Amino acid sequence: MDTLIAQLQRQFRDYTISLYHQGFLDDQFTELKKLQDECSPDFVAEVVTLFFEDCEKLISNMARALDQTGNVDFKLVGSSVHQLKGSSSSVGAKRVKGLCITLKECCDTQNYEGCVRCLQQVDIEYKTLKAKLQDLFNLEQQIVQAGGRIPQVDI
Amino acid sequence: MTRDQVGEELPNLAESKLTALVVDDSFVNQTIHQKLLNRLGIKNDVVTNGKEAVDVYCSGGNYDLILMDMDMPIMNGIQATKRLREMGIESKIAGVTTRANEGEKKEFMEAGLNDFQEKPLTISKLLSILHKLNFYVQT
Repeated sequence: MDTLIAQLQRQFRDYTISLYHQGFLDDQFTELKKLQDECSPDFVAEVVTLFFEDCEKLISNMARALDQTGNVDFKLVGSSVHQLKGSSSSVGAKRVKGLCITLKECCDTQNYEGCVRCLQQVDIEYKTLKAKLQDLFNLEQQIVQAGGRIPQVDI
Repeated sequence: MTRDQVGEELPNLAESKLTALVVDDSFVNQTIHQKLLNRLGIKNDVVTNGKEAVDVYCSGGNYDLILMDMDMPIMNGIQATKRLREMGIESKIAGVTTRANEGEKKEFMEAGLNDFQEKPLTISKLLSILHKLNFYVQT
């Protein structure tokens, strides 16, 4: 019979794999995990928190710019989405990065409806990722509290 | 050498007393780049745009290596690199950016870079920079 720790570890392993297979995360997230150590055991959580703060700020900037109907500053939208693409790439947020690329294209062609639609998708996507990573970190905490080690997951 | 979480051996360059300056306006990238440098034992500081980097040098600061982002407010990486070279600064400067088209890369290199890497930075990309700039010899 599986112990609680073994069950939690298996859940953690399966959930992590699913996040990669469903395209939420890519190799760069693995690179972040490699940097986590005893000196900074919460490194990944800290970095993704900064990323989600970026998402909130930049999406808000872009929404405000797009609200100026008839006088949209596409340069501002473009610069904000470039920043967001950069930070999503740095944390391995694959789907968010992909949507940023699409949004940048809409911006470059001054496709207003495309920008609005895409920005809504970016907003949904980052919030979805935020919830999923919170679940992942909660699983890690449960494993540690149960006295187990967080398994290394090979993707 | 130290081992990271997946058991790979990483060089510890603390004895070489290398210093680095991270120039990037993104808190996400600042945090990652500083962590990468810390893992390799390289003491480092961070500034948030090219003007701050120039100001640090004007105040007498000096670093072996500068990791220079391209797109930053107030003074971007191209302007800052040009300015530092005009000041006679010989620190090694590695451009680190998500912009990878050949024209933009050429412009950045011509500003005075010693090396260029596409973001996101990883341990292996940083080691590649250090190796290329003769700070680290792979054994």
